[in-house]
Amino acid sequence: MTSPAAIPAENVGIKTKHTKARHHPVVRITHWVSALALVIMAGSGLRIFNASPAFARKGEHVWFWPWEGTPVPDYLTFGAWLGGARHWHFAMMWLLVANGLVYIGFLFLHGEWRTLRPVRGDIRDAIEMAKFYLHLRPVHPHQGKHNALQKITYVVMILCGIMAVTTGIAIWKPVSLGWLTNLMGGYALARWWHFLAMLILALLTFAHVIMVFAVDPYAIRAMTTGGYDEDRSSPEARNARPFEHLLPAHPEQSAAPESVK
Amino acid sequence: MSSPEKQLRMVKRADIVVEKAVEQLRASGQLERRDFLRLGTAALGSVLLSACNSQGPKWADRWLKTAEKNNEKVERWLFSHTHINKGSPNAYVAGSKFPSYFISDTVPMWDYAKSPWTLEIGGAVKNPMRLNMTELMSVRSKRQRVDHFCVEGWTAVAILTGAPMSEIARIVQPTSDAQYVDFVSFDKGYHESWDIESALHPQTMIAYAKEDVLLSPAYGAPARVHSPVKLGYKNTKYLTQIMFMPKRNGGYWSDIGYEWYGGT
Repeated sequence: MTSPAAIPAENVGIKTKHTKARHHPVVRITHWVSALALVIMAGSGLRIFNASPAFARKGEHVWFWPWEGTPVPDYLTFGAWLGGARHWHFAMMWLLVANGLVYIGFLFLHGEWRTLRPVRGDIRDAIEMAKFYLHLRPVHPHQGKHNALQKITYVVMILCGIMAVTTGIAIWKPVSLGWLTNLMGGYALARWWHFLAMLILALLTFAHVIMVFAVDPYAIRAMTTGGYDEDRSSPEARNARPFEHLLPAHPEQSAAPESVK
Repeated sequence: MSSPEKQLRMVKRADIVVEKAVEQLRASGQLERRDFLRLGTAALGSVLLSACNSQGPKWADRWLKTAEKNNEKVERWLFSHTHINKGSPNAYVAGSKFPSYFISDTVPMWDYAKSPWTLEIGGAVKNPMRLNMTELMSVRSKRQRVDHFCVEGWTAVAILTGAPMSEIARIVQPTSDAQYVDFVSFDKGYHESWDIESALHPQTMIAYAKEDVLLSPAYGAPARVHSPVKLGYKNTKYLTQIMFMPKRNGGYWSDIGYEWYGGT
């Protein structure tokens, strides 16, 4: 049952006409293009990694990676062989970069960056969100377009994307752009940063996909056709925790006083 | 066996047969929706499989080729003789940990009993010549501590001594139509051709010593190409021939499907 306390009284029964989609078409298109590009970049990257699954220079050791010499399972890779994976990696990188530039450019030109800008209180809000998910707090914290956990995730993902591209350029052209490679501590370390950026991106993407299905499946529609009823479907309106309250809040079901209807 | 086109035709024909059979079954009421879906999935799977070669769908091949060609343009634009690799600072010289490989079944070794080793330098040059080891060593040599970048992703630092290609070019005088250089070996015909800009980079050399010791057979004795500006596989070992050419000539790994440019 939906907890009546979950629905802010002022929202109950008020129908707002939504003329604007939750996400601008540019955001929707770049979202799916980067999903495709990232999957292929990660898969082909892991196939390249498997050709030499270690980070140390020959004759040296590293302390930060305990699985030196262990390849990743084949089913996580793409491109079939080292040469094929390299062709995919070095072709798809252009799509990833172009798409990323369009997205980041849009964020700034359209003012959308305001919904992601880290502000004071984000950490506190993130802790509140986590408390809510852990049932340590009954009511969904008030939020803007995204909750604080989402905001932090998306900002870190953008930063990791930028890091993946710059470290990638550094290991693509370690002599022609040697200054960039040296900035990252040399080729072997740059390769590690590149791997780390992928790892964080992959983990956050995984968490993101899980949370979409577990908390806000309505986001799939918002990210494809654009439709989204903020007052009924948003996790805040539904007071939704992972795997809980997946149905939109129905004003009829709520115990809101007659006068509000 | 059969050409890809023929394979595709066969798959298409098979699909038509499956489709007709399914249609008949459905018309006779023997087929439930569930079976139809299952059959459909199987048919779709066969089409997808046949459209894929080892590294992805066929339609992607052209796109990947275009990307490779354009990447080469970008890489050649970024390339400069002033970009010098100093070998990662604070890194250990790999020494005997430096991996070695060859494509013959056993370590290729020059048979000195049959004939003395010589290095033939020819093609589009004014002064073609054939150098023996003593003559190669008399070319003003260079000793450099550099990174070796393998296509697989590992690197190793090595100290190499040899005759810079720029010195050799000064002696043999390439003609103006020499745009590429082919480095040929006695390792089962292994060779790789380079763009002349990379071949004449100040750090590209015909190396005969590693860490001040003459190259051992595992590392490409008696002489090999080495440069930090190209990935390992472009650096022909067991060198016998340097040919200046107006056109590129592929290479052992390039022909297998790795990028021809292979620059760093």
